[in-house]
Order: sequence, then C-alpha cells, then structure tokens
Amino acid sequence: MISVWLIPGLIATVLITAVWKRVPAYEVFVEGSKEGIQIAISLLPFLLGMMVSIAIFQASGAMGAVLKVFEPLFTMLSIPEEILPLAFIRPISGTASLGMATELIRTHGPDSFIGQLVSTMQGSTDTTLYIITVYFGAVGIKRMGDALKVGLLADFVGIVAAIIVVIILFQ
Amino acid sequence: MVNIIWVALAVFGIVFAAFNGTMQEVNQAIFSTLDEAVMITLSLAGVLIFWLGLMKIAEEAGLLSGLSRLFRPVVQRLFPDIPKDDPAIGYILSNMTANVFGLGNAATPMGLKAMKELKRLSGSDQASRSMITFLALNTSSLTLIPTTIIAIRMKYDSHDPTSIVGSTIIATLISTAAALCIDRYFHYRRRRNLKYD
Repeated sequence: MISVWLIPGLIATVLITAVWKRVPAYEVFVEGSKEGIQIAISLLPFLLGMMVSIAIFQASGAMGAVLKVFEPLFTMLSIPEEILPLAFIRPISGTASLGMATELIRTHGPDSFIGQLVSTMQGSTDTTLYIITVYFGAVGIKRMGDALKVGLLADFVGIVAAIIVVIILFQ
Repeated sequence: MVNIIWVALAVFGIVFAAFNGTMQEVNQAIFSTLDEAVMITLSLAGVLIFWLGLMKIAEEAGLLSGLSRLFRPVVQRLFPDIPKDDPAIGYILSNMTANVFGLGNAATPMGLKAMKELKRLSGSDQASRSMITFLALNTSSLTLIPTTIIAIRMKYDSHDPTSIVGSTIIATLISTAAALCIDRYFHYRRRRNLKYD
C-alpha cells in the first residue's frame, strides 16, 4: 500500500530540506511543538461540553426516536433504512459514525449495496459539529456566523450525492 | 445557533429519558463521556505537538511558501480576503493536502494552525469570511483516498476494497462544490443585509 509510505516520506522530505537549508531542525521542532500543547488544552472545554450533550441525547433514546420519525420517508424513496442512523450521526459524531459504518459493513458485507453506500457516505462527508467545535474552540471564536448552517447544508448535499452516485454506479 | 443546539440536545435528552426510563443510561453516558473527551484531547495533543513541530521546520525551510506559490491562483480565488504571501496560505494548503490523502490526524493540527493564522488576520472573536470558507471545505471533506474505510473493507474480506474510491471521489467533489456555493451564497446574503441595515 502506498499510504504506508506517505507519512514517513513526508517527514524525510521535510527533514532533508531543513538540513539542506541549514535550519536547526530539532530546535525549530521543539519551538513549534509548544504551540500544540496550548491548542490542545484550550480545546478541551469545547470538546467535552459538546460531547456530553450529544451523549445525553443518544443515551436517552431520543436519537432513536427522531430516527423512527424519518423511517417511512426512506422506505418511500426505496433507500435502505439501515442507512438512516448513519446519515444522521455522521455530521455529529465521528467515532459513533465510524462504529456504525463498521457494524453495517460487517453485517451486510463490504461488497453489498449497503456496504458500498456506507463506505461512500463515510468517505465523502466529515464530522461537521466536531470540526466546528474544535476549530473555532482552538482559537476562541465566539460568534460563528453562518459556519454551522453552511456545514450542515453541505453535509445534507453530500449524503444525498453519495446515495445517488452509489445507486447509479452499483445498482 | 450552537448555543441552541447544545442546550436542546441535553435538555431534550434528559426530558426524553424521564419518560423513556433511560435515566440510568444517561448517567452512565455523562461520566463515560467525560473520560472519553479527556482521552481524545490527550491523543490529539500528541498529534498536535508532533505535527506543529514538523510543520514549523517545513515553514522555516521554505517548503510552505513553496507550496503556497504553487497553488496561489486557486487559493486566492477561494480566499480573496487573505493577503498574498501570508503564512496562513501555507497552512491552509497543507491541511487540504493532508485531507486529500486521507491523513486525518495530520490534517487537524494544520487546520488548527491555519485557524490561528486567520484569527491573527481578523483579530476579532467573530468568525471571518475566510474562516467560514475554510470550515466549509473541511466539513464537506476533501478526502479522495478514504484510507480508514478501505482498511475496514479489507478487514471484512471485500473482493475489491478500493471499488468505492471512484464513488467517494464523485460524492466528495459534489459535496465540496456544494459547500463552496452555499458558503458564497451566505456571504453575499450577509453583505446584502449589511447594506440595507
């Protein structure tokens, strides 16, 4: 697999260029790293707060109830309803959606229609709420403007696009 | 809007649990999530410390400005508010590159660093136009090679683990294009509203 070479290759390229340009690599590394600690710590309150709220919503069973409401719509459009929880969770929680996608691939098989659809959905959108929480949290942005609206609308388009593309390519 | 979502998820969840008889699960979820959030932050800290150190070397060695020069026309179209030759461009591009190759854990540190640079440019606690565009790009995902999903497919004996690369690329292109259009639409709407205010 090529991807095994990517990160070590990148590290080697950066380090060799640094030696070439006579940059004191180790000192600069340590200097740049320090910023990482600060960013990570300032991130924790944002991440923790958001995760707790999502966990309450999920554990109470409210998430499941909301999904039940949408089920008939999916059956009407002849989209497998197994996909529905994933479509909702994907923008909210990365770990939950990856777990859900893995489970769907395991039960239905990676080469089934559901398996292909799940794989495409997982790859073509990202965890909007996590990204917004983390990115804005790290730099202390309080007024987020339209960021959340833009992100969630794009997720919706992404999931619809994934469904249509997979139907065209694999069915 | 985040305030509303945050409060609504928790309050609706607790009220629902009261009727659903799942208060015990809610209790458990709250405390296990606290641990989980700290663990995620800690593992993110490791990734952040490493990549920000490495990227600092790349910056000093002139690799980031090289990358910026290469893609300048594209970036200036996407982010018209960022001054030419600003270091923010280098970090935005390295975040996008890491995303394209599915290197999620390298992408986040560079993205956070890019946000810091954008904050330095705007200097306020309000999201700037460039920040919203940058987030739109990230939330729609730029992944062309979904490495994690390919690994999962291999684990469950797919005949062709990479068969979904094509469909993922098409879906990603559509969602990214949509994100950029939606972002532009909101930007012009904001400007129009300002004019009439």
